[in-house]
Amino acid sequence: MLELKDLWVEVEGREILKGVNLKIEQGETHILFGKNGSGKTTLLLTLMGFSRYKIINGAIIFKGQDITAFSPHERAKLGMGISFQRPPTLHGVRLRDMLTICGNGSGRGEILATQYNFAEFLDREVNRGFSGGEIKKSELLQLLAQDPDLVLLDEPESGVDVENLNVIGQMIKELLQKKLKRHRQKSGLIISHTGFILNYLEADKGHILLEGKIHCQGNPREMFEEIQRHGYEECARCRR
Amino acid sequence: MQKIEEKAKKALKKKATYGEDIELEKFIRQAEPVSYANLDPEEQKRLHQTGLDLSKQEHSGAFFQSDCSVVHCQSTYKGLEVLPIKEAIQDPEKIKDYCWRAVSVDTDKYTAAAELDLDNGYFIRALPGEKVIYPVQACLYIRKEKFAQHLHNIIIAEEGSELHIITGCATSPHLVSGLHIGVSEFYIKKGAKLTFTMIHNWGEDVYVRPRSGIIIEEDGVFISNYISLGPVRSLQTYPSATLAGRGAVARFNSILVAPPGSELDIGAKVTLKAPGAKAEIISRAISAGGKIIARGLLVGEVPGIKAHLECKGLILSEKGIIRAIPELEGQASGVDMSHEAAVGKIAQEEIEYLMARGLSEEEATSTIVRGFLNVQIDGLPAELQAEIDAAVKESEKALI
Repeated sequence: MLELKDLWVEVEGREILKGVNLKIEQGETHILFGKNGSGKTTLLLTLMGFSRYKIINGAIIFKGQDITAFSPHERAKLGMGISFQRPPTLHGVRLRDMLTICGNGSGRGEILATQYNFAEFLDREVNRGFSGGEIKKSELLQLLAQDPDLVLLDEPESGVDVENLNVIGQMIKELLQKKLKRHRQKSGLIISHTGFILNYLEADKGHILLEGKIHCQGNPREMFEEIQRHGYEECARCRR
Repeated sequence: MQKIEEKAKKALKKKATYGEDIELEKFIRQAEPVSYANLDPEEQKRLHQTGLDLSKQEHSGAFFQSDCSVVHCQSTYKGLEVLPIKEAIQDPEKIKDYCWRAVSVDTDKYTAAAELDLDNGYFIRALPGEKVIYPVQACLYIRKEKFAQHLHNIIIAEEGSELHIITGCATSPHLVSGLHIGVSEFYIKKGAKLTFTMIHNWGEDVYVRPRSGIIIEEDGVFISNYISLGPVRSLQTYPSATLAGRGAVARFNSILVAPPGSELDIGAKVTLKAPGAKAEIISRAISAGGKIIARGLLVGEVPGIKAHLECKGLILSEKGIIRAIPELEGQASGVDMSHEAAVGKIAQEEIEYLMARGLSEEEATSTIVRGFLNVQIDGLPAELQAEIDAAVKESEKALI
């Protein structure tokens, strides 16, 4: 589904990613761990094609195509989708309109909004005055309407209260077809700080991003326990 | 009356405070009479765009003036008077308290010209307690090349009444140059409500000088919506509202687009003279290459008033200029006044956010522009909001 080959990225003249290699197969969910400032968000936004993130070396292969030079629009059309950690406010654009855009004109988004108890936000401007949890719900609803094949989630649990964590977890499971036991089509790359997501879904692999490179890879649950016990520095030393 | 005439004569050469000075002599004052049947399909379409649809059943009254001729003037609701102003003036009792009371005749040479050489205009009055649900349609149209149209309008919402007026001022699609001088006086009595929605469609070399004054009494509400989305050579207007009674409310919303070669100098002044009075001036300005000056002045004279001014500008072209001049003047402690102004281009982050949801760059830009211009106006009938939405949608095609 996705392959990153020696990806070097700079933001405003500063090198952030320094040779990232990563492979995500169809149906797999990967978790990306890493300290604040290690480049996790940069990696996700680079994958989506945001112009602020300049690729200076390497390639992004998605569904067998080199998409390194593609715009976010072209990537979205190919089946990539992202949930932002801090999305911008769109003045005058209602969530209802946004869901229509995501669903490519279908009314799927509005049905989902009702299903996830978010219908009262349909006529609100996108992200205007939304709380942390509301932003996350709105982002995931947009993604559900969009129905991408590769789902990129930037800390979907941050700012979400305990009550809503469960709903967020359910939405992510739905996005990644976790109900299907086999022949899953959807893949995911999820940034997680708290590891909370692991309580809601089985992830296939974990990676640690440190100083712009991917270090250990392995079972995400075990890795998270290691990080909790010894911190990221230990992982950097170990370099499995 | 003689005194007014004298004052006007003295002001005939008086330049306006704002805006380019216009030589009135360059325009002509004679035009042939016009009837609706004279208008070709293209002109009728133009009128339709400004909201005038005489075939529509759902209006309470209508007024249509082309150059100096009143083509159509009718009230279909018994609690509503719609008259050509020249007819209303014949009855001094009717207008004695309302003529040149909200606007000074010697404001500048344009007000003076309207007094001394008047073509016509409308007199619209909602009788006490009458709720005139369907909007009154008014259209002031310039058809003759180089014609200077001189108008004087008086609008009265009597005590406890409710009135909605939609006015489309326009020039013929065939016309190159013209001048519109329009004096409008509004009197909102105790507990009355008036919404006044203007959708304007001018030509590339047309000069526009509206002069408006509004007096709002206790618990009266005045809402003005001004929309100008097409080209115009020079437009300068600065209506002045006085909130004279307790709890009086004035709101000015404007949605402006300046294509290349257009200059719009638009503002509003509200003086809050009584406790509990509230005022809001909100503008959305887009420069697609032209120049926009968005002014706003709020004067709070007594404690217990609340006033807010908001000006947002979006520059879509390298050559565009937007100047926001928000001013607040508090004359007592205990006034609550604020303003915010922001001018800039569309944030790349917002465009890419939408692109990540599947829109092309063009579609994303257009969605943001539409959102920017999307001002939901409280207290406006759905039908008028739909008119505004349609006008905005139409302009968007030209912008992107």
